Amino acid sequence: MVYTEIMERKTAGFREIEHTADWELHVWAPDMVTLLEMAAQGMYELSHTHLSDAQQVDRSITIPFTDRETLLVDFLSELLFYAEDENLAFDDFQLKFDGTELKAQISGASIANQAKEIKAVTYHRMAVCEIENGLEVNIVFDV
Amino acid sequence: MVTRRDLKKINDFEWEIPKTFRADMRVSVRIFVSEHLLNEAMRDKSLEQAVNAATLPGLVGHVTVMPDMHQGYGFPIGGVAATRYPKGVISPGAIGYDINCGVRLLGSQITFEEARPYLGDLATALDRNCPSGVGKGGQLRLSEKEINRLCVEGSRWALGKGYATQADVRRTEEQGQLKGADPSMVSERAKKRGRPQVGTLGAGNHFIEVDLVEEIFDPHAAQVMGLEKDNLALQIHCGSRGFGHQICSDYVRTFQGAVKRYGITLPDRELVCAPMDSPEGEAYLGAMRCAANYAFVNRQVLAHWAREAFDEVLGRRVRNANLHQIYDIAHNMGKIETHKVDGKEMKVCVHRKGATRAFGPGYQGLPEEYREIGQPVLVPGSMGTASWVLVGTEASMQRSFGSSCHGAGRTMSRSKAKKTIWGEDLRKGLESEGIHIRAGSMAGLAEEAPAAYKDVDSVVDTVTGAGIAKKVARLRPVAVIKG
Repeated sequence: MVYTEIMERKTAGFREIEHTADWELHVWAPDMVTLLEMAAQGMYELSHTHLSDAQQVDRSITIPFTDRETLLVDFLSELLFYAEDENLAFDDFQLKFDGTELKAQISGASIANQAKEIKAVTYHRMAVCEIENGLEVNIVFDV
Repeated sequence: MVTRRDLKKINDFEWEIPKTFRADMRVSVRIFVSEHLLNEAMRDKSLEQAVNAATLPGLVGHVTVMPDMHQGYGFPIGGVAATRYPKGVISPGAIGYDINCGVRLLGSQITFEEARPYLGDLATALDRNCPSGVGKGGQLRLSEKEINRLCVEGSRWALGKGYATQADVRRTEEQGQLKGADPSMVSERAKKRGRPQVGTLGAGNHFIEVDLVEEIFDPHAAQVMGLEKDNLALQIHCGSRGFGHQICSDYVRTFQGAVKRYGITLPDRELVCAPMDSPEGEAYLGAMRCAANYAFVNRQVLAHWAREAFDEVLGRRVRNANLHQIYDIAHNMGKIETHKVDGKEMKVCVHRKGATRAFGPGYQGLPEEYREIGQPVLVPGSMGTASWVLVGTEASMQRSFGSSCHGAGRTMSRSKAKKTIWGEDLRKGLESEGIHIRAGSMAGLAEEAPAAYKDVDSVVDTVTGAGIAKKVARLRPVAVIKG
């Protein structure tokens, strides 16, 4: 999976930012659910996560909403847990957010290779901000 | 933003950011750093993060920063902060996700010259015996009942299972068992992650390293520890794996609500905290101690597998292939300790994140043989450079809450390292210097290149120049195993 930017939707993407010890990702998107999807793709790219050709696996996640930053941390933390507990990663995200909870139908497969470890998603300086074309956020991962 | 103008020089190795620098600071920041290392530190946000740490409620003394500092998340790596017990706060982010990440050092009677022909085989055997890499499980699969026992008993659990000796346990910080661990405060998710990972190294900057004791600076202390010039030693650097990561994640999440309940305002959400005598604070302390005990066991079990590798490769080739424990020490931890603050003894919670406890001579809690020389402080360098064995001093007790540095400290970002350093070239370069490398990921190896780290000798010269540690021995790597 290599997604440095989704060129067909130039309002959404991610890029790595210099950080001395950990990894930092700048993510932008037109809305909250796309921001979550971009963040997930960015996280998988940072950790060099590659899916196997094994059978597709589907999972459902429901996350109650408290604030946008917590929703982001919770969603990415769920994906990290799946990676470690079941060796799964995802490349298809059907996300619905109604302002009170996130319902996610995610599809993927077992991980063929993951070169680098992400320990956790941090709240460090995290602020989902509104910009002209939607939302942006910086995420620092502990590695 | 902190500039040079905001810093007050105390002496050649100590600087201060006064409490007046920012209105929300509760205490000043003391920085143990040389002029040269200060210039490096000013390039990232470590000092800004130290100022943010100085806003935690209940702080006493100063927030202290070690010369291997670098930018982390919330709290700087190399930071030490003490809060009054029990009314002050405890902050999971100020301890870190890898709770009780630490270093274990084992010494030997094996001379480098007699082992030299077999070092490649030894590296291979260590790599085979000690599982490493992203999310890798180990040889042990613990039941829930067993992991609960491990959380409470720590190294004593390993002793009962035959993975440790009495001497190993005695020469471990807190004898490998923090009291007050409460498995009922640990989530099912954390236990699920932790059950298959006991005795695993993980990835990132964790490693197992065979070293040569290159130089002795304090013959008496070295003799007490059992370190001899020209002999091999072994370092193990890792922590509490997914178990600790999950516990920290759980409590950073829970504490987002706690700060609102207790009316605590902070400059960074990653610094969230709760009073230690609150239900949230007590729950985290109970869970954190479980992770601390897990990490002591993790390094103990890895030491057991490493001993088997040494025996397998060198057992019939050298006179004595045994490895004896020198010390095991945490560098990401929150500990309730008694320190003198403004001339009065008081109980505090010392948060050390990327900083090593460095108790001076005579302090309780040290193994009897170390009470005279002070506590061993283990300072691993990067995989191509030296590591150091130091001891704590009386000055560290007075000036840094009994703490010292924990390593070289990064200076180059991971993204820059991977753009400028090619893992395979690095491996070949290190091998040509006589360092055997076994690494699961070349991309990961590149990020951990020696060029990405500060000069560990300068870091050590700073803490010894400041008087908060004393040199005992310098080690040089001859084989490195990384996940």
